[in-house]
Amino acid sequence: MTELSNIRNFSIVAHIDHGKSTLADRLIQETNTVATRDMKEQMLDSMDIERERGITIKANTVRIDYRADDGQDYVLNLIDTPGHVDFAYEVSRSMRAVEGSLLVVDSTQGVEAQTLANVYQAIDADHEIVPVLNKIDLPASDLDRVAEQIEDVIGIDASGAIPVSAKTGQGIHETLEAIVQHLPAPKGDPDAPLKAMLVDSWYDAYLGVIVLVRIIDGHLKKGDRIKFMSNNTTHHVDRIGVFKPAMAEIDRLGPGEIGFLTASIKQVRDTRVGDTITHEKHGTTDALPGFKPSQPVVFCGLFPVDSAQFEDLRDAIEKLALNDASFSYEMETSAALGFGFRCGFLGLLHLEVIRDRIEREYDIELITTAPSVIYHVYMRDGSMVELHNPADMPDLTHVDHLEEPRIKATILVPDEYLGDVLKLCQDRRGIQEDLTYAGSRAMVVYDLPLNEVVFDFYDRLKSVTKGYASFDYQMTGYREDFLVKMQILVNDEPVDALSIMVHRDRAEQRGRAMCEKLKDLIPRHMFKIPIQAAIGGRIIARETLAALRKDVTAKCYGGDATRKRKLLDKQKAGKKKMRQFGKVDIPQEAFISALKMDG
Amino acid sequence: MALENWQLGGFGLYIHWPFCQAKCPYCDFNSHVTASINQDRWADAYLNELERVAGDTSDRVLSTVFFGGGTPSLMPAKTVDAILTKVSDLWTTSNDFEVTLEANPTSTEASRFRDFRTAGVNRVSVGVQALNDKDLKALGRLHTTTEALRVYETARSIFQRTSLDLIYARQHQSLSDWEAELDRALAFAPDHLSLYQLTIEPDTAFGRLWDMGTLKGVPDDNLAADMYELTTDMTADTLPAYETSNYANSGSESRHNLIYWRGGDYLAIGPGAHGRTTFAGKRTGTVAWRNPGMWLEAVEKQKTGDMTIEDISQTDRETEYLLMALRLREGADLSRLSDTARMGLEAKIEELNEEGLLLRSGDIINVVPEKQIVLNAILVRLLA
Repeated sequence: MTELSNIRNFSIVAHIDHGKSTLADRLIQETNTVATRDMKEQMLDSMDIERERGITIKANTVRIDYRADDGQDYVLNLIDTPGHVDFAYEVSRSMRAVEGSLLVVDSTQGVEAQTLANVYQAIDADHEIVPVLNKIDLPASDLDRVAEQIEDVIGIDASGAIPVSAKTGQGIHETLEAIVQHLPAPKGDPDAPLKAMLVDSWYDAYLGVIVLVRIIDGHLKKGDRIKFMSNNTTHHVDRIGVFKPAMAEIDRLGPGEIGFLTASIKQVRDTRVGDTITHEKHGTTDALPGFKPSQPVVFCGLFPVDSAQFEDLRDAIEKLALNDASFSYEMETSAALGFGFRCGFLGLLHLEVIRDRIEREYDIELITTAPSVIYHVYMRDGSMVELHNPADMPDLTHVDHLEEPRIKATILVPDEYLGDVLKLCQDRRGIQEDLTYAGSRAMVVYDLPLNEVVFDFYDRLKSVTKGYASFDYQMTGYREDFLVKMQILVNDEPVDALSIMVHRDRAEQRGRAMCEKLKDLIPRHMFKIPIQAAIGGRIIARETLAALRKDVTAKCYGGDATRKRKLLDKQKAGKKKMRQFGKVDIPQEAFISALKMDG
Repeated sequence: MALENWQLGGFGLYIHWPFCQAKCPYCDFNSHVTASINQDRWADAYLNELERVAGDTSDRVLSTVFFGGGTPSLMPAKTVDAILTKVSDLWTTSNDFEVTLEANPTSTEASRFRDFRTAGVNRVSVGVQALNDKDLKALGRLHTTTEALRVYETARSIFQRTSLDLIYARQHQSLSDWEAELDRALAFAPDHLSLYQLTIEPDTAFGRLWDMGTLKGVPDDNLAADMYELTTDMTADTLPAYETSNYANSGSESRHNLIYWRGGDYLAIGPGAHGRTTFAGKRTGTVAWRNPGMWLEAVEKQKTGDMTIEDISQTDRETEYLLMALRLREGADLSRLSDTARMGLEAKIEELNEEGLLLRSGDIINVVPEKQIVLNAILVRLLA
C-alpha cells in the first residue's frame, strides 16, 4: 500500500492516431515496468479489433513505479480510456477514477473534435491537465500554432506543454516529472468504510469476471465479502491485484489506488460500470454519484447469411452479451431474412465492433439490416410506444404523432471544406447552432436528427472533407417531426428488412435513390423486376430491372467440363449469400448498400 | 447386360496439338507459338501416350478421334498418319468411325488435305471465323475471306464431311451485318456450322483491352441476344441448332463432340488435354501437363503426360452431365441420374417448366430453344 501523497492517477486524452498508445508504451518502457524483451506495440490494446482500428474499447490500466528526480518513489496509475463517443459514459467513469490527464495533441495536426469531447469530460471531472505536444520529430510539427489552438479552442493554459516524440523517446522523462509535479495526489480516508468505483469489467476464461476498481475510501482485501450497491449482489473476493500491465496479485488496495478484483462472478452483466462497491457488512451507505445503466441508442437486425447458422449466432450473441452490459438483443423474425436478432448498441462503432467480433471470432457471416434509432410513437389514446424497428410501426390510424432523438454534433474542419460540411448537415435536416473559427479551422455545431447520422454520415463527412474533418456528438433529447415509414417492394412484394423511417419531405428523394441503388445491386433475373418505394399503399418511386438477356458459355467441350462445374460450385456459394423474396434473389450486401446516400 | 452410363454417351479420343503460327487475341486455348518443333520427338510422344491410354481401354470400340489445338492442320501429315495407324492397332474402331481435324483456312494447310485424308481424317472443321477481311484482321487471323473460302471449297471436295466456324457479335458488328454474313455462309450449303458469340476471356489480348476499357464496339447483351435469336431463326430450316453454338442437318452433327455433351468417356492426350474415363462405375478425370515442353518431358521421363488424375464423384458426374447435356436440343435424360439426384431436381424442374424455361417429356428435359441464350442462369437455378 502506498501513501496517498505518492500516488498519481491519470488518463491520456487524445484523438485516434495522435499517439496515445505509443506514448503509453514509452512511459511503460522508460520506467522499466515491462522488460524490453516483452514489449510489444500498443501494450494496452488487447483486442485485435482495438489494435486494428487504433481505438480502445475496454478501459485498460497499468501501474507504473517511478523514482522521481526528487528521490521519492511514486506509483503512477494510468487508465487508458475508451476514446469513442459511443462509449462516452464509460469514458466519464474512467475520468472520475483519476485526478489528472495528459492531453496528447499531434503537433502536426492540431486539436480534433474527438479530443474536445474527451477533454471536456476531463474538465468536467475536475482534472489537472498537462498538454503534451506529440510527434515533434516530424518536419510538419508546429508547436506554437498547436499550443495557441489548445488555448483558443479548449481554453486551458498551454504554456507548460511538453514537446514529446513518443517515437524517439524525446520528452518522456519530462512527461513523467510533470505527472508527479503537476497532477494532484488522490484524496481519501483510509479509516472510512470501503467505497470503491467499478471502473470497468471484462470476462476472463480462467478467472471469471475481472473488475477494475478505484478505491476512494477504506481498504479492500482478499477474502472480503463485498456488495455492488446498484443491485445489492454480494461476492467473496478471491483475488486482489494490479496491472503492470500483466496481472500481479497483491494483498490489499487502499485509498487512491487502482487495481482489480475477482470474485467468481460469472457474468459481466452483473458488474455495471460506475457502480459503487463496498463491504457487505459495515459498508458505506453513500453511493458514488452519476451511476446510470447504459442504454442502447442504435438498433439493427443481425441475421446469419446461412440460415443454418442461427443457433451458432444465438450462442455468439449470448456470449458477447455476457461480457457487455450495454449490448441488448432479442429474437426477431423477418419474412425476408428468416430468424435473427434485433440488437441494441451504444452507437455505430459499438455496432461495428460487435458485428466484426461475431463474424471473426465466431466465424458467422451476417446480414446487417438498416440501423434504426428509437422513435417515440404517441398513440391517439395518449400512450407512447418505443419503436425499435420500422417493421413494427403501428397502424397509422392509431398514431397521433412521432418523435425522434436529436443530437448535438460538433464538427471541426479546415475552412476550405466548410461549405461541403454545411451542405451535408443541411441535407441531413440539421439546424446550425454555432459556427466559430480557430485559426484556419472552423468549428460547427449542429442540431441533427440521430437517424440521419446513424447510417453513413461519418463516411460521407470523411469523404467530402478528404478525411480532414473530425466529428463528435451527444444525445440531446426527443422532438416531434413528420416521419413516415417507407417500404420497398421488390417484384411487388414488400421487403421488410428494407423498410426505413424517413422524413416525409425526403421520402421521394430517398425512395428514388434506394430504388436506383437496388436496381444496380440486384442481379438480373430471367424476368423483369419492378422495384418500388411506397408510403402506406402509395408508390412514390419506381425503377424496373430489365430481364436478363444473355448468359451463356459459347464454347463448352471436353476440356471445359471441370471449369464449368467449379464455376457452378462457386455460384452455389454465391447463391447462399443471397436471400430469396418470392422469385427474386437479393444479395446480402444490398441491405446495407441500398441505404447509402451519395449526397 | 444393361449399358453402363458412359456407354450411353459413347467413347472417343481427343488429341491436342498445341502449336499455332500466331496467337489470336480472343483465344484462351492452350496454344503456343514456337520457332521450331522437334517433330520426331513430338510424334513419338503421342504414340507412347496412345499406348499408355489404350492399356485399360483396348477392349472398347472407339467411335471418334478429334485433333484439336492449337492448329492441328499444321501437323506433319506423317505424324497424323502414324497416330491413326497406331489408333487402329490399339482399338477396334466403329463402322461409322469419325476422325475430325481442326484446320486453319490458309493455302499451306490446304496443300496437306489430301495427305490427311489418306492418313484417315474424314472430317475437317475449318476456322473461317469471319467473312470480312477487316474483321479477320481484327481477330488476328492470317487469312483473307477469299483464301478461306477457297480452302473451305477444297476441303469439301476432299473430305466426306466438313464444318465451318464463324465468330459473331464481333466488334462494331450490327444485326444486319450478321444477317448478311450468315446468309452468305448458309448459301454455301454447309452441312455443319459452329457459330460462336465472341467471348472476352481473361488473360487474352482482348481481355486485357476490355479491362482497360479500350476494346470498343463489342455488342451489348441485348444486341448479342438479338443476334442469337436471329441465328436460331435463320438456321431453323436447313441447319437447326443441335447444341448451344452448333448447327447441322440431321446426321451431320459432330459425333465426337456429342460424346462430351452426352456424358460419354473420352481419352485425351497432348498438352493440357482433359479426359474422362469410367471403370466399374468409377469416373476419373485426367489433365495433361499444360506447358508443351513440360508435357513432352513428362511423357519421355515419367512415361505419362498426365499431371493430375482426379476422382469424379457421383454428384460431380451428374452435375457435369446436366450442364453438358442441357446444351443439346435433345436435352438430358433423367434416368441417367441417381434417384436421390432426381428427387432433388424435381421441384426445380417443375418451377423452371412453369416459367417457360425448361421442357419435359417423361425422363427427358431440355431447355426451351430460344432460352439457350440464358442457359447459364438456368443451370444456376437448376443446380445451385
